Amino acid sequence: MKEEIIMAGFGGQGVLSMGKILAYAALNNDMEVTWMPSYGPEQRGGTANVTVILSDGRISSPVLSSYDTAVILNQQSLDKFESRVKPGGTLIYDPYGIHRKPTRTDINVIEVKAMEESFNMSNAKTYNMIVLGALLGVKPMVPLETVMSTLKKVIPERHHDLLDLNREALTRGIALTQ
Amino acid sequence: MEKTEIKLMKGNEAIAHAAVRYGCDGYFGYPITPQSEILETLENLQPWDTTGMVVLQAESEVASINMVYGGAATGKAVMTSSSSPGISLMQEGISYIAAGELPCLIVNVMRGGPGLGTIHPSQADYFQAVKGGGHGDYHLIVLAPATVQEMADFVGLGFDLAFKYRTPAMILADGIVGQMMEKVVLPPFRKRRTEEEIATQCPWAVTGNPANRKPNVMTTLELDSEIMEVNNERFQATYRLIEQNAVRYEEYFTDDAEYLIVAFGSVARICLKAIEEAREKGIRIGLLRPITLWPFPTDRLEQLSKTIKGTLVVELNAGQMIEDVRLATHDRVPTYHFGRLGGIVPDPKEVYDAFISHFPQ
Repeated sequence: MKEEIIMAGFGGQGVLSMGKILAYAALNNDMEVTWMPSYGPEQRGGTANVTVILSDGRISSPVLSSYDTAVILNQQSLDKFESRVKPGGTLIYDPYGIHRKPTRTDINVIEVKAMEESFNMSNAKTYNMIVLGALLGVKPMVPLETVMSTLKKVIPERHHDLLDLNREALTRGIALTQ
Repeated sequence: MEKTEIKLMKGNEAIAHAAVRYGCDGYFGYPITPQSEILETLENLQPWDTTGMVVLQAESEVASINMVYGGAATGKAVMTSSSSPGISLMQEGISYIAAGELPCLIVNVMRGGPGLGTIHPSQADYFQAVKGGGHGDYHLIVLAPATVQEMADFVGLGFDLAFKYRTPAMILADGIVGQMMEKVVLPPFRKRRTEEEIATQCPWAVTGNPANRKPNVMTTLELDSEIMEVNNERFQATYRLIEQNAVRYEEYFTDDAEYLIVAFGSVARICLKAIEEAREKGIRIGLLRPITLWPFPTDRLEQLSKTIKGTLVVELNAGQMIEDVRLATHDRVPTYHFGRLGGIVPDPKEVYDAFISHFPQ
C-alpha cells in the first residue's frame, strides 16, 4: 500500500499539524512515512501545504508530481492542485470560501463541510481534526484508535483534557463522509 | 536487548539529537532558516545538564566558527551549523581550521542564493564546499545526506572522519532534508571523551602545558615560505589519503543501465522516482548518488562511463557538480545538466522530461 497525499490551505488552518498527526499515526502503524512541508514565513493568511507519503515499502522522492489524494482547504490550493490529482484519485475539499468548484470528472471529488461543522462545534480549533476525520472516512489508511493513541503521545499531558474534543472532531469528520 | 526506538523527526532535529548522542563537546551557532531547528533542538535538549555539552548561541557566524576553531584546538569534538549566507561568513575561520589541521564538524543546510537569497532548498554551495571555499589550498570532507536517517548518521561519521584525518568535515544538506520529517533510528549514547582520553588520542591538542612534553602551539601564521610549502605538502598528502580511502556513493539500477543520472542529497531521491517511472516504460536509467562530494567518486564514474550512452546531472544549481562528472568521465559520453534555481525544487516529472529532452526515446 502506498498513499501519496497533498494537504493544502491557509496558514493557520492547521494543515501542517494535520499532516504531522497523520504521519505519526502511520509511523505507529509500522509504515514508512515522509512529511515534507512547504516551509517559510507562511503564518496565518499565506498558503501552506504539506506532502505526506505513507507506504509499506521504501519511499523514494519526498517531492511529487501528482497525488493519490488531495485535501484542499482554500481556492488557491484548489486551483494549484486539482490538475495534479492522479486519474482515479481522490480530491477532498471544503466548499467554505470556494467560488470555483472542482471540475474534473475522472477523479473522486468529495465535498466536506468541515468549516461549517467546526462552527457547529463552536470551536474553530477543531477544524483540522474534522478534516483529518473526513480524510480517514474516505480513505481509512490508519484506524481512528491509532490516531487517538498518537494524539495522546504527541499532545503534552497538560492538554490531555482536549483529547475527547479531538475524538469528537475526528468522529464528526468521519460522519460527514458516510 | 534494548528495543530500537524509531522516531519521527526533521533532519535538522536529527542532527541535534545525534550530536548530543555522539558525545559532542560543544555547539556554537547563530540562527538562520532553514536550519534554526538545530540550535533550537539543542537548547530544548539542554545537554549541558546531562552530557556536559556546551550549546552556545554566538553573536554571529564569524564568532561561531572561531569558537569552533578554539574548541577544536583543544581536541574537543565541536561543531557549528548554518545556512548558505552564514557559511560564507565562516569561510575565513574554516580556512584557518583546515590550516591548523583541526577536526570539526560544520553543517550547511543550503538555501537559494546568491546574496541573502531565499529560504528555500538549494544546492548552489557545491563549489564552495568541495573546492575549498575560503582562501588557500585546502579541502573539507563533504558528506551529502539524502534522508533524515543520514542526517543523524553523518554527524558521527563526520566527526570520526574529521578526527581520523585531522581536517574539518562538512555535512552539505539542503532545505528539503533539513525540513522534512521521516523515520529515524538515533545512534546510541556515547560518553564524551575525558581530558585524559583527549590527551592520549590527540597528542597535538592544546590541553595546557604538562611538564613531560614540549608545549603544543597552534598557529596558522608561518612567515617562512619554505616551511609553509612543507606544511602544504603535508596537507596535500592527507588529501590524497582521503581520496583513496574515504569515497562513498550509492547506486541504483546501474547493472543494466544505458543512461546514468548523477545527483546528490534529496535531489537524488527525486531522480530515483523519475527513474522508477522511466523503467516502467522500458528506459534503462541508473542512478549514481555521490555521498562524499569530496572526495568525489571519480573512479566509479569513469568505470560507468564506459558502458553508458549518456549522463544527466541533476542539481539545484546552474551546473556545478557536472564539472566533476565531466572530469571523471573525460567527456566520453554526452553529459547534460538539469537544475532549478533560487530555491525551486523540481518534481520527478520535470526530471523525466529533462531526461527525454536530452535523450529522446
